[in-house]
Amino acid sequence: MTGTVTPELASASGPETAIEMKAVNKWYGAFHVLRDVDLRVRRGERIVICGPSGSGKSTLIRCVNALESHQSGTIVVDGILLSRNHARIDEIRRDVGMVFQQFNLFPHLTILENCTLAPIWVRKMPRAEAVAIAMRYLERVKIPEQANKYPGQLSGGQQQRVAIARALCMSPRIMLFDEPTSSLDPEMVKEVLDVMVGLAEDGMTMVVVTHEMGFARQVADRVIFMDEGQIIEQNAPGPFFDHPQHERTKLFLSHILR
Amino acid sequence: MALGDHAFVRRAPVAPRPPPRGVVGPLAWLRNNLFSSPANTATTILIALFLAWTVPPLIRWLFIDAAWTGDDRSVCLDGGACWAFIGAKINLILYGQYPPDERWRIVLVAALFVAGLVPLAIPRVPGKRWNVVYLLVVFPVIAFMLLTGIGIGLDKVPTDRWGGLFVTLVAAVMGIVISLPLGILLALGRRSKLPVVRWLSTAFIEFWRGVPLVAVLFMASVMLPIFLPPGVTFDKLLRAMLCIAIFYSAYMAEVVRGGLQAVPKGQYEGSMALGLSWFQQMRLVVMPQALTVVIPGIVNTFIALFKDTSLIMVIGLFDLLGMLKSATNDSDWASPSVPATAYVFAGIIYWVFCFGLSRYSVFIERRLSRGKLHR
Repeated sequence: MTGTVTPELASASGPETAIEMKAVNKWYGAFHVLRDVDLRVRRGERIVICGPSGSGKSTLIRCVNALESHQSGTIVVDGILLSRNHARIDEIRRDVGMVFQQFNLFPHLTILENCTLAPIWVRKMPRAEAVAIAMRYLERVKIPEQANKYPGQLSGGQQQRVAIARALCMSPRIMLFDEPTSSLDPEMVKEVLDVMVGLAEDGMTMVVVTHEMGFARQVADRVIFMDEGQIIEQNAPGPFFDHPQHERTKLFLSHILR
Repeated sequence: MALGDHAFVRRAPVAPRPPPRGVVGPLAWLRNNLFSSPANTATTILIALFLAWTVPPLIRWLFIDAAWTGDDRSVCLDGGACWAFIGAKINLILYGQYPPDERWRIVLVAALFVAGLVPLAIPRVPGKRWNVVYLLVVFPVIAFMLLTGIGIGLDKVPTDRWGGLFVTLVAAVMGIVISLPLGILLALGRRSKLPVVRWLSTAFIEFWRGVPLVAVLFMASVMLPIFLPPGVTFDKLLRAMLCIAIFYSAYMAEVVRGGLQAVPKGQYEGSMALGLSWFQQMRLVVMPQALTVVIPGIVNTFIALFKDTSLIMVIGLFDLLGMLKSATNDSDWASPSVPATAYVFAGIIYWVFCFGLSRYSVFIERRLSRGKLHR
């Protein structure tokens, strides 16, 4: 019933470790959603997590920045042990950017204000500096001209790129992506993936829950397959896609790769 | 597979054309809105007949047969409105029994209030932060000292001499200023994860919503003094105003709670993931959206509060309505049309203020929904 444990994963976390999860368990009521999950993410590593819906993959990355609390096991993020201590949680959240399936932009603020809100209020950055940084990242996601519009005036793909820029404005050391392209029109998936590829090329530590297998092949250092709250299989993308070992993985891949 | 006749490629685009006649314009409006079906046509005619039957006599009573000037009841026996009565009592209606030589203090306070409110109400005017500080901190202190005469060497005017529109406005402004923030706190409390906070907030809200305002006012006026230690007095007007404010904060809390429930979970998560503290999340992300959604409900509560200030009449305080009612007892003005005129006049004053509030809320709603139309 345990997830795949390799000797490397059991080693103590050092400065080169971004995220370390050991024997993490979580229940929603009586439903055991994460079961003995062990996962170590090295700094600069790009990890793609896939699996059927309800497999716990979103829950897993939401545990990393404590949007969900786990009931047993340890999670160390950026050298900080995740506990119920709010100060510690806020410390982790400052350093971990997250991009959601539904964007979660703030509709009452302009694009620029969305990007400067957290730097100004959380990092206590002077407004002018926050604006300069926000414009730099908006240029990087190729929508500086939308800075003074409201999220509702942008397409889904543009909104998701703003969401990425907003997270980057906090200069995170780790980026989490929770199905970032799943609610986009097909025509807009690529523009978001392009931004993510660029981010990966710059060496950002990324944990991405996605079914975009092309992206996984191109960018991931490691692909993880989850089912029923457990890590079933993990491998480099080449062997993972070409020679899956576990029956469940083979079945899953046969459904999504045509 | 041959596509045959099904194959199609558009060679020239179809340009948009103007609509045919009868889709836009005043005639089309009439047809669509007033005469779209036999039933609608019949309703339109019935309403037109009803208006023709009621409006001319009303106009005759209000304007044509009305007595505009005069010094006593003799001018008001023709059956029209007795505006002369309003003119004769106008100081009483506006200021109550406030000493005539001191009424400039009320006018000054009103001017200071308008000077703070107008720039706050116009979105373009900068410096909103200082404006709010002025209205919520500086102005109340000045207003208190000027109106009561306490602390600045003016003649003291006890609140039992306060009355008229002045008291109505003081009670309404105080009620609005207290009930909104208190309502927000109660709404947050009711949704708190801390059980004690949640239970206390819920109990508070349900208690005040469950009792009638008139009963609360009677209790405050009759029962509170029994429980207070002898010698301790607590101004009757202040008690009444606090009752209204607290009573309406319970209603406000439920309105605001409705707005909080309309904010999607993703907004909380998005702001949490950025590292905002709970207080920052509420202030910067959740409340602005929640309050925008419930502006109609908030203004609705303000309007109800404004009109319910007239209930302080039942504990012997003389607000606008109470003052008008007592003025009709003057035997110099004993005439059948005087009470009717007084109540119509009160109705007009209340209506003007409430309609103003309502229009301002429409303006703010439109302004806040800018840029979010495509959501």
